[in-house]
Amino acid sequence: MKYKLLNFVRQLALILLVIWTVVSLVTLLIELVPGTPATTILGETATAEQIANFNAKHGLDKPAFFISYGENGFTWNGLDNRYADYWGGLFQGDLGRSFRTDRPVLDMILERYPATIQLAVASMIVAIGIALPLGVLAGTNKNGLIDNAASFIALLGISLPTFVIGPFLVYIFAVKLGWFRPGGSLYPEDIILPAVTLGAALSAILTRMIRSSVIEELGEDYVRTARAKGLSERKVVYKHVLKNGLIPVVTILGLQLGVLLAGSIITEKIFSWQGLGLLLLEDGIAKRDYRLVQGCVLVISLTYIIANSLTDFVYRRLDPRIRLS
Amino acid sequence: MNRLFYIGASIAAVVILMATFAPLIATHDVTVQDLANRFASPSADHWFGTDSLGRDVFSRVVYGARVSLQVSISVVAFSAVVGILIGSVAGFYGGWVDRFLSGYVFNVFLAFPGLLLAIALAAFIDERKVLAYVIGEGGADAILGLFSPGLFKMLLALCAIGWVGYARVMRGQVLKVREYDFVQAAKALGASNMRILFTHIMPNSIQPLIVQASLGMAGTVLSEASLSFLGLGIPPPAPSWGTMIEEARNYFANYPHTLFFPGAAIALTVLAFNFIGDGLREYLDPKQRTR
Repeated sequence: MKYKLLNFVRQLALILLVIWTVVSLVTLLIELVPGTPATTILGETATAEQIANFNAKHGLDKPAFFISYGENGFTWNGLDNRYADYWGGLFQGDLGRSFRTDRPVLDMILERYPATIQLAVASMIVAIGIALPLGVLAGTNKNGLIDNAASFIALLGISLPTFVIGPFLVYIFAVKLGWFRPGGSLYPEDIILPAVTLGAALSAILTRMIRSSVIEELGEDYVRTARAKGLSERKVVYKHVLKNGLIPVVTILGLQLGVLLAGSIITEKIFSWQGLGLLLLEDGIAKRDYRLVQGCVLVISLTYIIANSLTDFVYRRLDPRIRLS
Repeated sequence: MNRLFYIGASIAAVVILMATFAPLIATHDVTVQDLANRFASPSADHWFGTDSLGRDVFSRVVYGARVSLQVSISVVAFSAVVGILIGSVAGFYGGWVDRFLSGYVFNVFLAFPGLLLAIALAAFIDERKVLAYVIGEGGADAILGLFSPGLFKMLLALCAIGWVGYARVMRGQVLKVREYDFVQAAKALGASNMRILFTHIMPNSIQPLIVQASLGMAGTVLSEASLSFLGLGIPPPAPSWGTMIEEARNYFANYPHTLFFPGAAIALTVLAFNFIGDGLREYLDPKQRTR
């Protein structure tokens, strides 16, 4: 019990440490932008007064950090600085205000966040739908024609970038066949093409995993026993092999949820899907709204870290071998 | 070696030759626009047709190999060197150094979604400002002068996370190799830590990193194209495959050739390095060979 608690505390401490570092990196990124945010937003012709007002409004007139390094060596800037301000805001659920629209960044993010989650979940469902039958077929026909074909399709899925698959899906299913709209996120069916595009790479990874899992499990003693009992091959595979073979696959799924959330940026751009990725690209990066970019990067990273930590935690609970190691 | 390895190696060889001899292979100047001849279909004069500005797509795909390989080789080489050094130090010294590096630093970098960090860095950083902080204004200009425009920024963005994979594998290898008899013998003979690490442990630990590097090449070709697609890569007029796809996106419904050829170039190159990586992994790991 004591060991379990200690392990849990250690894991939690690591997650908090990682979160602290990520937030610190994101807050300090703004110091690396070319020029200053004020001149970027207001333009080169802005007066000194306008710049001073802008800086005061967004807290940019304060020093960047507790200490700074200059010609006179290290200088202590006091507790009132931008880094401390950002943390103070975070604890109150405040990610600052957009440099462009003056709206709270958190509100802008919350408006778009559900669309990104929907897309990630839908693409995961697509990926499982493709990978499960393909992986099982490949695994049960090891080195056969189906296996080679499935392995080739899987490698193709990993190698084809979303920005190549996406436009071709649009070309076939929207332009030529007219089954879907080429972009947007107004109607429920609009999610299908982006979900297939985003899920393609994941389905390729899953197919390969399920294939090797099935091959490994088929060599186990319990499979021989099940066959000796006279069970049909179908029952052996679906009732016994898959049950055990899917444990590592479930973990990968959890870890991939974070990857999908982060990776949806390109898919959202291709299909004009109104999610967090498009907000980051079109309103943040393209308009040089650094405060918004900061907020989006932070929220996506935190989601990724939390999804991964939860998967890790659940996996440890499920599999005692990992818990004890 | 399996068949796919040889297929991958052959495609990679073609891409490398294409990049090296681009000026000899390209049939047209990649920057010359011919507005009277926009969106021409593939023909004897323009093998892959022309794009929205009348530029020759074949020549741009050939030069695109140069951009793609230049970025991926630099990123993989730099990440591998940094990763090997840090991973070796963690594995060799152990103790608090290892606890700090593998327990904290590696985890922090692995916790960041790679492409997102690359996007954030490519969008945020002023590479001159970063270099000037570290080595002063003069040094920054001298170093940036060595790279083509945008390449150094790309290197920073993609190496920021790229090195961690190599460091992790190297640490594991060093932990194993440092217990071997020949290392103990070198210690007993009074060899210094540096000598043991660089001449005995490192050369014997590096094998799995070759697999990592070839898979890393595939990943970096994709990342470079993704950043260019988002408008954050090597700036035009350098013909990056990602930029070509982004430009073709608005017209591909009527002129699919503008998107097909750069898309195929990316897919084939990535596939080739994945085949090489998979083949090498299988070759180096006898357990996988029998599967």
